[in-house]
Amino acid sequence: MSKDILKLTCRELRDSIAKGEIKSSEAVSAVFERIEKYDGQIGAYLNTYKNDALGKAKEVDGKISKGKSIGVLAGVPIAVKDVLCTTFGTTTCGSKILENFHSPYNATVIEKLLAADAVIIGKTNLDEFAMGSSTENSGLKKTVNPWDKSRVPGGSSGGSAAAVAAKMCFAALGSDTGGSIRQPASFCGITGLKPTYGRVSRYGLVAYGSSLDQIGPLTASVGDCALLLSVIAGHDERDSTSVDEKMAPVYDFSAEIDEPLKNLKIAVVPQLFEGADSEVVNAVKGAIDIYKKLGAEIIEIKMPHFEYAIAAYYLIATAEASSNLARYDGVHYGHRTKNPADYIEVYTKSRNEAFGQEVKRRIMLGTYALSSGYYDAYYLKALKVRNLIRGDFTAAFQKADCVIMPTSPTTAFKIGEKTADPLQMYLSDVYTIAVNLAGVPAISIPCGFDKNNLPIGLQIIASAFQEEKLLRIARMFESQTDFHKRRPEL
Amino acid sequence: MGQKKIDIEQVRQVAKLARLALSDAEIVQFAVQLSAILEYVEKLNQLDTSKVEPLAHCLPINNCLRTDEIKQSLGTEKTLANAPQKDEQFFLVPKILEEPGGL
Amino acid sequence: MTNIDYKVIVGLEIHVQLATRTKMFCGCELIFAAEPNSRVCPVCLGLPGALPVMNKQAVEFAILTALSLNCKVAEFTKWDRKSYYYPDLPKNYQISQYDLPIGSTGFIEIPLPDGKVKKIRIRRVHLEEDAGKNIHSEGNFSQVDLNRAGTPLLEIVTEPDINSAEEVRLLAIELQRIVRFLGVSEADMQKGHMRFEPNVNLHIKKDNNEYKTPITEIKNLNSFKALEKSVAFEAQRQLAEFLDSGKVMQSGNKKTLGWDDIREVTVLQREKEEAHDYRYFPDPDLVPVVVNKKWLVEIKTKLCELPLTMQNRFVSEYGLSDYDAGVLTADKAAAEFFDNTVKAGGDAKRICNLVTQTGLKIANEKNCKVSQLGISPQKLAELAKMVEAGQISATASVTIFEKMTQSESAPQQIAESLNLLQKSDEGELEKIVDEVIAANPQAVEDAKSGDKKSKKANGFLMGQVMQKTKGTANPQVVAKILSSKLNKGI
Repeated sequence: MSKDILKLTCRELRDSIAKGEIKSSEAVSAVFERIEKYDGQIGAYLNTYKNDALGKAKEVDGKISKGKSIGVLAGVPIAVKDVLCTTFGTTTCGSKILENFHSPYNATVIEKLLAADAVIIGKTNLDEFAMGSSTENSGLKKTVNPWDKSRVPGGSSGGSAAAVAAKMCFAALGSDTGGSIRQPASFCGITGLKPTYGRVSRYGLVAYGSSLDQIGPLTASVGDCALLLSVIAGHDERDSTSVDEKMAPVYDFSAEIDEPLKNLKIAVVPQLFEGADSEVVNAVKGAIDIYKKLGAEIIEIKMPHFEYAIAAYYLIATAEASSNLARYDGVHYGHRTKNPADYIEVYTKSRNEAFGQEVKRRIMLGTYALSSGYYDAYYLKALKVRNLIRGDFTAAFQKADCVIMPTSPTTAFKIGEKTADPLQMYLSDVYTIAVNLAGVPAISIPCGFDKNNLPIGLQIIASAFQEEKLLRIARMFESQTDFHKRRPEL
Repeated sequence: MGQKKIDIEQVRQVAKLARLALSDAEIVQFAVQLSAILEYVEKLNQLDTSKVEPLAHCLPINNCLRTDEIKQSLGTEKTLANAPQKDEQFFLVPKILEEPGGL
Repeated sequence: MTNIDYKVIVGLEIHVQLATRTKMFCGCELIFAAEPNSRVCPVCLGLPGALPVMNKQAVEFAILTALSLNCKVAEFTKWDRKSYYYPDLPKNYQISQYDLPIGSTGFIEIPLPDGKVKKIRIRRVHLEEDAGKNIHSEGNFSQVDLNRAGTPLLEIVTEPDINSAEEVRLLAIELQRIVRFLGVSEADMQKGHMRFEPNVNLHIKKDNNEYKTPITEIKNLNSFKALEKSVAFEAQRQLAEFLDSGKVMQSGNKKTLGWDDIREVTVLQREKEEAHDYRYFPDPDLVPVVVNKKWLVEIKTKLCELPLTMQNRFVSEYGLSDYDAGVLTADKAAAEFFDNTVKAGGDAKRICNLVTQTGLKIANEKNCKVSQLGISPQKLAELAKMVEAGQISATASVTIFEKMTQSESAPQQIAESLNLLQKSDEGELEKIVDEVIAANPQAVEDAKSGDKKSKKANGFLMGQVMQKTKGTANPQVVAKILSSKLNKGI
């Protein structure tokens, strides 16, 4: 029985629960069976809340048996990246500095999940403060790729991606600052959406690069992505950077998900295929062929500033991060060094002891980029290049409905392979970063496997607030293939 | 290869600004790594941005304003709940002897 | 002997706490002396994930103040983060405005004792959030209270156009009057609502050369008196130092001094202006503020007549002395109450006396505004008219004024019930005068004598009449009758 449950999409599960065919508590138990069996090897979760989850499931089951109205995610077990504040458990951001931190409030997306009657089963591992592309930077736990346990799950939402891929939840939330949803989705063979900047409230998302961060879903299918986006999207008066519904209306993005787009025009950027592994390029070309068969027109474009995205990103994101992470100082909450000689040492030692290397490196880089004498040369220059990059996208969307490219130049790499050289790690974000700089939405969907049976991701990028179109384009491909249905043997 | 983009003394200065008590080994390592990254970001200078406006934010919105209405505060107990060191009503830090640099 | 001439040069940096109900970026209530750390929320505690949303009222107060200081109001302004670490600053950055202040290049006019007005240029006016408070109590620890953290502050920076300690005080008083008139601040220095930091140096002419002494910034000024004294002290100290050492201004030798209120001296706080590197950059959590014409027009409707304009009008239109006009316009409620009373009829000088001598005294005792005493301007005007018409004496008017604060009755009724109406009936008074003349032949003779004794005798006779009428005789009428009777007799 439980095996069958785990094959369901979120929508199917919710509908079965609503009809009384399956109990939410059964779904939650099935998921925890998997977690108990496999998460010891995978390490996707930092914390799970079995009793609370079963409690919530029973509450939902009770509502249904009493005929009460239920939310669109009623009874569906969902995992959230531990960078989202929750009043239950801890909110650690994968960092020792917040290892014992209890948030007194819930992130807006958490409130929205709960209001939709979702069952939050646990919080997933990540690169510390979402800084990384492999989840190896977690200060608290190691997470491996369910397809190959010697490889990384991608990052920074590696725990969320691994949990979905290993069927240890039905869907998960992650955050994406430079590819942190799309790249792990690609590495783990699942679907991951980074919404338009401003689409989803960031209130309660622990900030890394505030002008780039966005929360999004990681799911087993495009339809589930659409469903979850409908739940978490929308204006929030607590987030000044969340847009109002006039600009970005919220409705059920999954309602017409199976409607293919007519006269679809897809842009590809040939220059960008140069840097990717041949197997990745072939898979993406295969995807393009499928779109051609579906009647799409493929046009070739240039994005002359795309290659500058990594350089701009690592100045802007780290500058913002250096300021965002200043608050972790051992004064009001979080780790405090033992026996500081004076209050200055509370800062310097607490921070140095509890931050990991990558976080320190980015704080250092960002601090330098903003410091007197370097601001114009680094930070300001990067903001100007950011404008040029956005211009590339604006031009592209005047010619086409979307741009297609790989999500990552490679499939999942080996654990430890890139940790020695941070720059090499940064360069692996080559396809995802520009999207965050431009603030546009993008999705990664499975489009093939390499010779090692590792998943390959296809990235589709649309213009701002065109998520519905983006999802339908993604669904067109998904409906013709079964890559998304494959799951690793554990 | 020219000179290192950032030397050990600069790394020390930046660490002071960032309030990180880096070890000597970390300082040396960061000097190397940050130099490599800064070397890489030099490529931005290939672009002429003299006529380009900086883009701090992608959003076409402004004036997100709140009415001046009182909302519930956390209260003293919850405010202090995560404090590493506190007394009944206050956060505690080792005695501050100097003046702030700000305001 | 060398020929020395010097000029004091002062620029002021002023922080004004705005009288909003809630903080700058969150809904925590602003109240004085609340339980420590009781008015704190995730936003002003700088918790992970919390985001600021600006208070519209604070922005409008800032614009209102900028307008009244004749500033150019920025059409486009934004928020910047100013980074420095201090335990009362939970995020370790302050949200402020750096390169685009809300107001710039204005001026304030200050009335000088000689009746002239001096213009002091305003460099900029910007909004920012306040820090909390560090309390350096006994023992090895400092206590941190965050109730004040996030309070909206207006920073006003003048050009160094101020040339004496007295001018500094006058500017402070004028600014206090302005912000109180506008209702944007309680402006109570003791409560820290207004904080002044003078930057002082001297331009010294010695033997046809000009020297500039090093600039010092003075902090810890908690009263107008301290402000004035500290500048006067500092000017003398700098002169003495120059004469002693010849030290002149160089870049980087700006010192920060603290004012010792007890010893009345400035004390060195920081020798050299530390190489602060605040790493300002645009706050990515907040969107820009655009002040369009419509909004500006709306805000301008809230501008009132400013105190100095009103003061000058009271002098020119109502013939008040500059002193009286100054006393009235020290408080907007009193000034408007006075103005309305004059407009309701009655002699301005008489009303001024009633308001300043009686009204303000009672209001002070009751700890309220003169306009809150329960007396309408119309009723007070009636009272003033009764004095002018000779119906009551000036002394009686005070008694009636006091009664009016306790009763709804008209002044006429109160005068009647207290038997305070003056006897002005000439026929009736003539009889009494005749009686007094008849009873006091010696005094009459003295009065008629025209020498030294006459004045005293006249007073005596007058007093007798008053005694006989129990003080209700109109002195003017009695004097007239008496004088005609005595003259007739010659």
